[in-house]
Amino acid sequence: MTSELDIFVGNTTLIDEDVYRLWLDGYSVSDAVALRVRSGILEQTGATAAVLQSDTMDHYRTFHMLERLLHAPPKLLHQLIFQIPPSRQALLIERYYAFDEAFVREVLGKKLSKGTKKDLDDISTKTGITLKSCRRQFDNFKRVFKVVEEMRGSLVDNIQQHFLLSDRLSRDYAAIVFFANNRFETGKKKLQYLSFGDFAFCAELMIQNWTLGAVDSQVDDMDVDLDKEFLQDLKELKVLVADKDLLDLHKSLVCTTLRGKLSIFSEMEANFKNLSRGLVNVAAKLTHSKDVRDLFVDLVEKFVEPCRSDHWPLNDVRLFLNQYSASVHSLDGFRHQALWDRYMGTLRGCLLRLYHD
Amino acid sequence: MPGKLKVKIVAGRHLPVMDRASDLTDAFVEVKFGNTTFKTDVYLKSLNPQWNSEWFKFEVDDEDLQDEPLQITVLDHDTYSANDAIGKVYIDIDPLLYSEAATVISGWFPIYDTIHGIRGEINVIVKVDLFNDLNRFRQSSCGVKFFCTTSIPKCYRAVIIHGFVEELVVNEDPEYQWIDRIRTPRASNEARQRLISLMSGELQRKIGLKVLEMRGNAVVGYLQCFDLEGESGLVVRAIGTACTLDKLSSPAAFLPACNSPSKEMKEIPFNEDPNPNTHSSGPSTPLKNQTYSFSPSKSYSRQSSSSDTDLSLTPKTAPSPQGPRIYLCPSSPPLSCGSLHLKKSCLLLSDSSLAPHHCSLGSPVLRKSVSFSEELFLAASGMGSGSAGKEGGPFKALLRQQTQSALEQREFPFFTLTVFPPGFLVHVGGVVSARSVKLLDRIHNPDEPETRDAWWAEIRQEIKSHAKALGCHAVVGYSESTSICEEVCILSASGTAAVLNPRFLQDGTVEGCLEQRLEENLPVGCGFCHIPYDELNMPFPAHLTYCYNCRKQKVPDVLFTTIDLPTDAMVIGKGCLIQARLCRLKKKAQAEANATAISNLLPFMEYEVHTQLMNKLKLKGMNALFGLRIQITVGENMLMGLASATGVYLAALPAPGGIQIAGKTPNDGSYEQHISHMQKKINDTIAKNRELYEINPPEISEEVIGSPIPEPRQRSRLLRSQSESSDEVTELDLSHGKKDAFVLEIDDTDALEDVHSLLTDVPPPPGFYSCNTEIMPGINNWTSEIQMFTSVRVIRLSSLNLTNQALNKNFNDLCENLLKSLYFKLRSMIPCCLCHVNFTVSLPEDELIQVTVTAVAITFDKNQALQTTKAHIEKSLQRASADTEELLQFPLELCSDSLPSHPFPPAKEHLESASSNSGIPAAQRDRCSSWIELIKLKAQTIRRGSIKTTVTVEKANPMGEGNFRNRSAPPCASSTVGVVKMTPLSFIPGAKITKYLGIINMFFIRETTSLREEGGVSGFLHAFIAEVFAMVRAHVAALGGNAVVSYIMKQCVFMENPNKNQAQCLINVSGDAVVFVRESDLEVASVQQPTANCQPLCAGGEVTT
Repeated sequence: MTSELDIFVGNTTLIDEDVYRLWLDGYSVSDAVALRVRSGILEQTGATAAVLQSDTMDHYRTFHMLERLLHAPPKLLHQLIFQIPPSRQALLIERYYAFDEAFVREVLGKKLSKGTKKDLDDISTKTGITLKSCRRQFDNFKRVFKVVEEMRGSLVDNIQQHFLLSDRLSRDYAAIVFFANNRFETGKKKLQYLSFGDFAFCAELMIQNWTLGAVDSQVDDMDVDLDKEFLQDLKELKVLVADKDLLDLHKSLVCTTLRGKLSIFSEMEANFKNLSRGLVNVAAKLTHSKDVRDLFVDLVEKFVEPCRSDHWPLNDVRLFLNQYSASVHSLDGFRHQALWDRYMGTLRGCLLRLYHD
Repeated sequence: MPGKLKVKIVAGRHLPVMDRASDLTDAFVEVKFGNTTFKTDVYLKSLNPQWNSEWFKFEVDDEDLQDEPLQITVLDHDTYSANDAIGKVYIDIDPLLYSEAATVISGWFPIYDTIHGIRGEINVIVKVDLFNDLNRFRQSSCGVKFFCTTSIPKCYRAVIIHGFVEELVVNEDPEYQWIDRIRTPRASNEARQRLISLMSGELQRKIGLKVLEMRGNAVVGYLQCFDLEGESGLVVRAIGTACTLDKLSSPAAFLPACNSPSKEMKEIPFNEDPNPNTHSSGPSTPLKNQTYSFSPSKSYSRQSSSSDTDLSLTPKTAPSPQGPRIYLCPSSPPLSCGSLHLKKSCLLLSDSSLAPHHCSLGSPVLRKSVSFSEELFLAASGMGSGSAGKEGGPFKALLRQQTQSALEQREFPFFTLTVFPPGFLVHVGGVVSARSVKLLDRIHNPDEPETRDAWWAEIRQEIKSHAKALGCHAVVGYSESTSICEEVCILSASGTAAVLNPRFLQDGTVEGCLEQRLEENLPVGCGFCHIPYDELNMPFPAHLTYCYNCRKQKVPDVLFTTIDLPTDAMVIGKGCLIQARLCRLKKKAQAEANATAISNLLPFMEYEVHTQLMNKLKLKGMNALFGLRIQITVGENMLMGLASATGVYLAALPAPGGIQIAGKTPNDGSYEQHISHMQKKINDTIAKNRELYEINPPEISEEVIGSPIPEPRQRSRLLRSQSESSDEVTELDLSHGKKDAFVLEIDDTDALEDVHSLLTDVPPPPGFYSCNTEIMPGINNWTSEIQMFTSVRVIRLSSLNLTNQALNKNFNDLCENLLKSLYFKLRSMIPCCLCHVNFTVSLPEDELIQVTVTAVAITFDKNQALQTTKAHIEKSLQRASADTEELLQFPLELCSDSLPSHPFPPAKEHLESASSNSGIPAAQRDRCSSWIELIKLKAQTIRRGSIKTTVTVEKANPMGEGNFRNRSAPPCASSTVGVVKMTPLSFIPGAKITKYLGIINMFFIRETTSLREEGGVSGFLHAFIAEVFAMVRAHVAALGGNAVVSYIMKQCVFMENPNKNQAQCLINVSGDAVVFVRESDLEVASVQQPTANCQPLCAGGEVTT
């Protein structure tokens, strides 16, 4: 006796959250059944393995049918085939678009292309996430990217509107799209200590301040591309380190204010010029897209690492950066105050976030 | 020209990409009704076209309005080649034809293609302007309301229940026409869908005409079926009960009365005489007289009480193992097995005119073979039906009746209802059923479907005579079915013989005669159990005792019925689903030989099914079956029997005896031990079941029996006194072979197998109950969470082990596993009850068994589930005795109306639709839905600019926009698609049905030539059933409704050819579209008018009340 056909269709579509998770995690039906057995469900319910198998198959089939709709979540809301309560719809969407930290760190900043897709095998092996799940996550990134890439308006809002994601997840996707579009390097060994959250934090600041959308809300790609004009202008900041007087003055202003307030004052004083040069040079280099990609590498190399090697406490870094950016306003010979604020305001936030072990 | 049909095509959405180059579609729509076709403009390059067409107007006869479906075809315009069809929508406009139902059909319909399934949706508005037609000779029957519900619909009152209406129409099946060889599968499927739609329209119209002739205005319990006879054609047949219904007009008066009768009840003091004669007038048709005339034995038996008992007992004391005291009896062979063969064979040899007398006595064996041989005779002689053979006279008369006046129609006093107004049902005799095996031949003249008519007439006649034999003048809970395999067809009919109160049946009876209730001679709650037949001249051996409730009248020891449990019935404990399952192998054979083989097997199958039912009933410690449905399915090489019923313990009936096992080889010690071991196991099971189903019948003392106490409540207090009654089994003392004990002899492995199978039926897991009736006795505090589902399983038998035993085991496992799976899947709904569990078996191929189950799971409130049975009984007593007008409409309120008195938190209300989500805490759900809200709000205020493809989806969708605008609406409106509930029950727990919008009767075919790509057979059928649900919901929503009640999947024919990567499936569903309002909402709004504004808005549909 073999079961040829075995289905269950409810007027309200039954969604089992546990099975959904297993499906999202890319387990095959038999693996999922094995995992469910291990969870002790048979003992709890008195069911048999055959029942579990049939149940799992049913859910997998439903999810498979739903997947097409999940690719365009508004369709899930309007479709008539599956009657799903709104709260469940939201759950389905949210979970489908959720991603693994380990996975996102691997592809963050990479081009969402076929080439990267081919590397998913390696990522799967490296992270222990099933290839199927990697594919889903990758395809989600790519899909969201494609839809919002050239769209006008706020990136987060666009994502939320077209994918009906929660605020939190939409912000994460905004970061992913932003990173993919600007191809920021995040995979270098030096950057391994950084979490996705760190990058997402920086991305949000950069989107808010450095993109076209920050100055003009009526242009295409406003939140995705960096403001080219702004990047060009950043060259002007070079004077802060190129002009020796200005640099000295800047240093003395910072040192005077911070004297006695920092535990690592002497180190700071000794390193000031190096650090300042580092930060300003990073700005000046951003005209080249190659250097834009290396932004995070540069920031870590030029600022985070030197400070860390001198064991600056985080609070001292904060005090320093605040003073460092603020005292520029007192430099009479420097004309690009607004530019400096736009640059340093974001950078200060980023650096503070990046500064940890 | 009495009608103008107006159609407007508004928009489409989610259309498939038809042009690969542009990834877009140039869609237009053809609107066809009858022979008239209109077209919309082509909407270029869009997947979300906005046609916004003019009103297309069709001026048509109302006859056509009833017969024809509105056909909407969506096509992709192609300049150079033929336009490609995207899909179709068939809209049945019948609901627009009667005044009280829907006024407009408007909403999003899934565009359906028989090859690709649902492909996008289309927004359509349909209206009908009807002109009054006073032509007496009209062919249409607009205005007759149809209900699938097998009870008097909620917001109506039955003035008169006229009786049985039936009709059938036949046609050639397009699938088997020559043209099918040259046309595409799509064209063939569509021709078939359209034809069946037309035929059911015609059928409904013809039935409507009959109803008008009877001066009724509605058909209740309308059951329409298709017989796909293959080569020989397509039969669409329907039966129903004609009624005159009164709409309970003023909702204000109606609401307090029916909404919470439980409250009202409490105010009515319990009365010795529950009939305060406020409006007594009218012809007091004394019921006594009526009963007398129908079953004259009755009064007689009352007089000759005690001595009779002995008389009736004597034949019983000789326990014959095969002696089927099966109640169902007229149809089951009351002969012993040995003689069966003899009679059978001699009959087959004999001329068909030989057996006229026996027929009417209801020996099914004879009957079957007779009808078969008659059929042969007919086929051979090519004569018209009915003219041949012994029954010529009555037979012809019968045929005449069908075309004659409505009064004569009552020649079939059948009622398809299963639930009745209080007082309607006087006595129940038992199940009557008849089967006949027929050979199909081509239907030569579709306009004269005489042969099929004659077949059914014959069966109905037999049913009627069975009922007569039981001293009953009517058959209730009547249904008909067929099973077809190749050219052999088994026609089956079954019902419950009953004596009815004629009050409802008579024209011109004044309402006032209501008071002429049965109280004086029939105590409430047990009257229907009393035997209607003559005790001294019983049609079958039965064991009678005095009613355990009133002590006045005789009752049988068990009662089998096809109806629902009467509301006033006194039940002890809870009920449970009882199934008998059986397979019998048969040789493959052709035509006559095949039919003979089947006729030979049938009586054995029926007998065994009944034995199994009886054993299982006893094992459950119960004494009555309700909702019994026996299905015999014929296949190439086997016959399957599946009987489902709900077992209960009726307080009026004696306690069931135990089951005793007897061994045939007593000298073997170990064998003895084995037997006693089995016996112990059985006894344990019975005890366990009694506990599980809370069956604690009161023990009744001798005095009580001697002096009947008329007041039932008093009586029920006399509990726990020692029983010395001789005719009662108080303990499970089986050792003395008491007459009640059901003896099972284990003399071979076969019987051993039987006993084993008895014990292998696993009870449902804790928290689950199941029944196949509408309500579960003993549970009356349903919450509003319901989940209707359909589950289909097909197993392939390995041809190696095809023995009867292996087959039985396989089948048994299949059903048991299916139930287990259901329990597992629905575990989040615990505590819950599976109601109206409906199993259908079919044998699509040699080694395939298909089982389809449709049921509804309803959760109930556990805390209040502990209400004592006594309270329940008292409540029903009160209820039954409160003689008010609204009692006429219907009983099921009992279970739903208990809700308002236990209000549940309103938060739960909004989530009622989320029948499956008990996993998420409520807070989280709220959060989830609220941010979807938020997103949409944002979407509205978002800066819009050069928006790309996906945005146009939103823009192109006016409904979507509309919904955005409606954002301030309550959270339940957040889903853009209104929730439509579906249930096989006639009611929705915790809600009030405020309006019936019309019947839903849909037929779909789905075919695929890429089975593997669609996920194999399971993927294919899963998707199809989901699509069928979606289309039903969309139609209901378009009518302005929010639920389908009495939903039934009448057919699910699945055929596959994996080698060719093909599969085809036909599904036929029906139900009543309704508007319901939550009772909690009602209570709030009861002061104002109870409009349906609280319910979820259906996209595009107006909710009209």
